Amino acid sequence: MAETQGGRSLVVDAVTHRYPSGALAVENINLDIKGGEIIALLGPSGCGKTTLLRIIAGFIAQSQGRIIIGDDIVDALPPNRRAVGIVFQNYALFPHLSISENVGYGLAARGVDKATRQREAQRLLELVQLPTMSERLPRQLSGGQQQRVALARALAIKPSILLLDEPFAALDKNLRLDMQIEVKRLQRVSGITTLIVTHDQEEALSMADRVAVLSHGKLEQFGSPSDVYDRPQTLFVNTFVGASNRMPGVVVSADRTAAKVRLDAGAEIIARPAGGALTEGGRVTVCIRPEHLQFVGDETGFAGVVGMSLPLGATVVHEVTTADGSGVKVSQARIGETRALESGAAVRLAPLAPSLANAFPATL
Amino acid sequence: MGTAPASRDVTSYGMGLAAPLALFFLVFFVAPLLQLLWLSLHNDTAALHWGFGQYLHFLTDPFSLGVLGSTLLLGAEVTAVCLVLGFPIAWLYQRVGPRLQTIIILIVLLPLLTSVVVRTFAWIVILGRQGIINATLQSLGIIDTPLKLLYTQFGVVIALAQVQMPLMTLPLITALGRIDPNLDDASCSLGAGSWRTFFRVVLPLSLPGVIAGCTLTYAAAITAFITQSLIGGGQMLFMPMYLYQQASTLQNWPFASAISIIFLLAVLAVVSVFTTLGRMSRGYGGA
Repeated sequence: MAETQGGRSLVVDAVTHRYPSGALAVENINLDIKGGEIIALLGPSGCGKTTLLRIIAGFIAQSQGRIIIGDDIVDALPPNRRAVGIVFQNYALFPHLSISENVGYGLAARGVDKATRQREAQRLLELVQLPTMSERLPRQLSGGQQQRVALARALAIKPSILLLDEPFAALDKNLRLDMQIEVKRLQRVSGITTLIVTHDQEEALSMADRVAVLSHGKLEQFGSPSDVYDRPQTLFVNTFVGASNRMPGVVVSADRTAAKVRLDAGAEIIARPAGGALTEGGRVTVCIRPEHLQFVGDETGFAGVVGMSLPLGATVVHEVTTADGSGVKVSQARIGETRALESGAAVRLAPLAPSLANAFPATL
Repeated sequence: MGTAPASRDVTSYGMGLAAPLALFFLVFFVAPLLQLLWLSLHNDTAALHWGFGQYLHFLTDPFSLGVLGSTLLLGAEVTAVCLVLGFPIAWLYQRVGPRLQTIIILIVLLPLLTSVVVRTFAWIVILGRQGIINATLQSLGIIDTPLKLLYTQFGVVIALAQVQMPLMTLPLITALGRIDPNLDDASCSLGAGSWRTFFRVVLPLSLPGVIAGCTLTYAAAITAFITQSLIGGGQMLFMPMYLYQQASTLQNWPFASAISIIFLLAVLAVVSVFTTLGRMSRGYGGA
């Protein structure tokens, strides 16, 4: 039994996969993951994130590209020889085996004797805080407990990489938060390079050191949670991660760091060219998050009419219809007595700062 | 408000609806069985003198015990052949696309759609002295004289295995279909090879189907009068034919009844062994 292999790096090198029908599942994905990092693969369903996970695990042989774990190219290795731990969305515990046998399964496959197996299973069950459950069957455990067992089972083989496939999707909200903290704690303790596949942006942003956003099989952006949220590189990332108002406009003037855009809604604002260089006179889509819009008292900004105000506890969201007929959402922090806006009130809106409005070349 | 409808338990309707079938069973199954038992407890063919003579005769007669033994053995052999050949088909069924699934299920069901007599005669054509196998082997020069395939234990086992195969494959397909495909992947990712995955995960979880299939195949194989008689011929004697001879040819009804009861008990014993195994398999785990 090798000593802990936690912290091995994972490189996804130009991986492309085609279905037998010829359709692309993932296209030219490059990820360079350092040892011990938690990475989230974030994207809507059908974006190819699960395919990528199965390629890394070895269940699918990619059409092109390489998977490198540590110093080894693992493409030729079948899944049972890659030492990649997986936690499945439905946990996939063996229903006929006790919890202890489930956790010790991988060790049995490696020829570890029974006494050692049981000792190791007990140690891992203590690690996931289920020390008294070893003789039970999986169906006698709750969803959260089953997930802890699935984690312990995956960790038992001392994997070089830990893959989690939508691990929290089946849990209710409170339990989900507990388990997210638990997984993060275990990951810190073991130092195992971890890849979480999820469609839940909050989960990705809160758990991962870096987030890889996928859409239609392509990698849209790979960066820290704050990069992805605050400095999105594509329109998709800007709208998929967090809420965003999309406002069409025309570029008046542009350089590398700032662009003056005339919004169809009727104002000239300064925006950050987020998706590469912009050309003067070109159509753009400007994304401004609801919390980055403010009501202004003077004649700057664009005009709108308040449709509805929704008090959501800590924030109030106002729905405003602009001059070109499109709707924008404005989120205001509720400080003191935030005055409720009457439906039909005329207001003017402007971004909080130029760096908080992102301009992307419009795609037709 | 009437009180009767409110107090009526909805579950009580079930018994009433089952009554016609219960009556049918009582008249056409339980009653004849009791008559059979009554008949078997007579020492003479005219059924006038009570006694256990027929049972004593059977249980002390090496020939009769030999027929019982070879029948039970035949059932075991057919069941084993069906299990070994049927499992891969059921396994394959769960791993192919829907179009191939349709083809497989059609092939599996096809024997059920043709008469047992027709299927058995087909085997006579295949296994006979001038049959397909012998003719082929002879024309290829592999053998000089025809092999004796028909009227042998081997021939009976092969023919019965084909005839009874759906009874094994269908429960297996159902049982394998209930296994979460992720378990395969989980086992594999934990380092287990295909054989370990099969013996530690797939086989234990398919045991209910294995038990059901074995029970059905076994019961059908040992009572398959037509196939046993036609393929086995005069030289191979199994319980159903033995029973038929005693009752129909020799008119020894009490002895035939005793054979029936003993055969019934033997089958029940084997089936209950299967059932016990099935119950034990629910706690299957091991080390």
